[in-house]
Amino acid sequence: MSTSEAAVQAHLHEHGGHDHEEPFLRKYIFCTDHKMIARQFLFMSLFFLLVGGLLAAMMRWQLGFPSQPMPGAGGFPDTMAPGGIVLPEFYNSLVTMHGTIMIFFAIMPLLVGLFGNLLIPLQIGAPDMAFPRLNMASFWIAVPAGLLMLSSFFVEGGAAGAGWTSYAPLSASGEWTGVYLGQQLWLVSLIVLGFSSLAGAVNYITTIISMRAPGMTWFRLPLSTWALFITAILVLLAIPILTGALIMLLFDQTIGTGFFRPEVGGEPILWQHLFWFFGHPEVYILILPAMGITSDVLANRARKPIFGYHAMVLAIIAIAFLGWIVWGHHMFQSGMNPLLGTSFMISTMAIAVPSAIKTFNWLGTLWHGDIHLDVPMLHALSFVSMFIIGGLSGIFMANTPVDMYIHDTYFIVAHIHYVLFGGSLFAIFAGITFWFPKMFGRMMHEGVGKVHFVLTFILYNIVFFPMHNLGLRGMMRRLYDPTQYEYLQPLQPMNEFISIAAFGLVTVQFLFAGNFVWSLFRGRTAGPNPWKSNTLEWSVPSPPPHGNFDGMPVVYRGPYEYSHPDAAEDYWPQNQPPPPEVGPGPEVALSPAPEGVGP
Amino acid sequence: MDVLSWLLPESFSTFGRDIDRLYYVILWITGVVFVLTEGLLVWILVRYRHREGRRAAHIHGHRTLEMVWTTVTGVIVLGLAVASTGVWHHVKRDVPAGAMEVIVTAKQYEWNVTYPGPDGLLGTDDDFTRRNALDVPDARPVLVHLRSEDVIHSFFLPELRVKQDALPGKSIRVWFEATRPGTYVIGCAELCGLGHYRMQGQLTVHAAADYQDWMQAALAEADQ
Repeated sequence: MSTSEAAVQAHLHEHGGHDHEEPFLRKYIFCTDHKMIARQFLFMSLFFLLVGGLLAAMMRWQLGFPSQPMPGAGGFPDTMAPGGIVLPEFYNSLVTMHGTIMIFFAIMPLLVGLFGNLLIPLQIGAPDMAFPRLNMASFWIAVPAGLLMLSSFFVEGGAAGAGWTSYAPLSASGEWTGVYLGQQLWLVSLIVLGFSSLAGAVNYITTIISMRAPGMTWFRLPLSTWALFITAILVLLAIPILTGALIMLLFDQTIGTGFFRPEVGGEPILWQHLFWFFGHPEVYILILPAMGITSDVLANRARKPIFGYHAMVLAIIAIAFLGWIVWGHHMFQSGMNPLLGTSFMISTMAIAVPSAIKTFNWLGTLWHGDIHLDVPMLHALSFVSMFIIGGLSGIFMANTPVDMYIHDTYFIVAHIHYVLFGGSLFAIFAGITFWFPKMFGRMMHEGVGKVHFVLTFILYNIVFFPMHNLGLRGMMRRLYDPTQYEYLQPLQPMNEFISIAAFGLVTVQFLFAGNFVWSLFRGRTAGPNPWKSNTLEWSVPSPPPHGNFDGMPVVYRGPYEYSHPDAAEDYWPQNQPPPPEVGPGPEVALSPAPEGVGP
Repeated sequence: MDVLSWLLPESFSTFGRDIDRLYYVILWITGVVFVLTEGLLVWILVRYRHREGRRAAHIHGHRTLEMVWTTVTGVIVLGLAVASTGVWHHVKRDVPAGAMEVIVTAKQYEWNVTYPGPDGLLGTDDDFTRRNALDVPDARPVLVHLRSEDVIHSFFLPELRVKQDALPGKSIRVWFEATRPGTYVIGCAELCGLGHYRMQGQLTVHAAADYQDWMQAALAEADQ
């Protein structure tokens, strides 16, 4: 028996493979079950998604209606918005906290915390994570980090206002912003959150390496698990760099060191190198799991195998690798040596290749399929179409001379939202609606889901597509009041229009929230496999019991054997034994199949 | 609507047209790819939508097709990168000889411009400084020594396609050559504090023949 089997057996023994009654506190709060931790991350992140959206709405109010009182906001403290009129320093806090909260407390915990926890053990056939208590700790470390971040709004000087990138020296001393404690809370919160991410990453990597069920070879892993595996490696390597940089910045802020402060011999551009050396892998942390989810949903709803599965895996690995040598493309105009700019332009352009492979393979997956346009599929398809736009707009900025004009304009705001909202968030909607029945045992309402999708898709594009054009007119980002510039005044009607659409976009998200809550209690009972899927999570009850599997599942084939000519149905679960005359007997199959066998 | 145009506003520097040309090349390439891929996606969705009795084809991939689209993409994007290096080095590295030199010092929330005075040399007694006003002759290269006194700012001349961060503790060389007399905006493109949005200056390009007259007048004004 290999070590991995021993580990799984030990787990099965510990959990007994059966559900047993636990006290409330152990079952819902301090729970070590990966499925409960996934749901905890889900609720926490949805809360922060709402907060981030409301912050964005306030920004859009100021941009659309500069220095007019926000309706119904007369009660705001005078340090933020006296009489409802947003102050410049509060606007900078909104910019900073919207970005920080969406990236670190909404998108990242949804993709990595929710889907990592939910999918990895279930899809590889394991009873739980390798380190369940560490897993529990990773959630309960994230909660105080979030509270610290939110509390910074209410301290003297307000929340951090140097942007989510917190460029030094603006962020290195309160004398430049008037924000002292808020910036320090921002730093401490992200330092704490880093430990949560690291605990999760170690767990995911160990679990996937050592706890795969017999027959679950590397090339039989579903692509969402593949993506989460590579993402966990990125997290493990990138977060310590951020944490180191944050600690240095905190020291500059509090005990007078001068890492990034030139007046005492420090180097401001060092912060940018450290931040983006973390920050670009972070971008892929936020997109790779979304690609995995999209791949799983597309194959299932098109009832067709993934086109070029091996190429898809290699593309994930290639993107993750190239992600480490492109950080300088955020710094083309920073004063970095122009020759470095050239090399970063070439490595950045190279990322277009694996990205294109993924896009073409998604189209290939749909081609000759039997396409079911239900809610998860609609969101997954819009991931593909929006990722195409986000990818193509990236080429403009990767081009150093063109970037000289559009750098730090609304073009980049459009680009990042096409990748993180059009990309990641649509994939998150696809994932939540697809795996909702597995998490809660009930289906989400299809009709309301479709209305939410259509309105979100249309309003999203109305809000963000024209931002490309605003950038091309030269409108800078992070600008409290664009009408201060005469050449930007003709853009004001468009800014107002975008703001109104943005309010609509935030509002229709309550359809999703309502559908979510309604479906928790009233949704149609799902059954174990409502999507007729092949992967292992659909072979157990919804929601799966503590310990997941009744005994050890055995895997006979890859995850995407849809519409196989030898199978009667249009799907063929990974753990369904082959017919006796064509396949090996169960004694043989119990030992893991050698690499490369099977698709 | 003009606001929604994908054409760039007119540019008024010598390298502006090189940058704009690269932009239009990328716009064409990405535009064609956009229409083809999104069109293909929509066509597939209509053509292969679910029908009773339809069964998907069991296809795992197509080696030749995958090789072709990987290679074509690689050649296009890397070709684009290599073709852009010349312009990049021209605008960021190769400062032309005989440039007029000024020092632009950014601080929260203003641009201070130090002129060489009539002797044309920086660091001499006849240097003088003006706030938020950069005056230069047209058809002559201008070399800006860009500095910052406090935080990072970004020196942005949208109509001349110039952008360069100003870093405290460093002096960075930026150059441009205006092609037409007129007034243009100087904006700050890097968040620099609560007054970032109003950190604005004006670039005035004088006809070369009038520039010495302006210099004398400005010097007299500065001396008072």
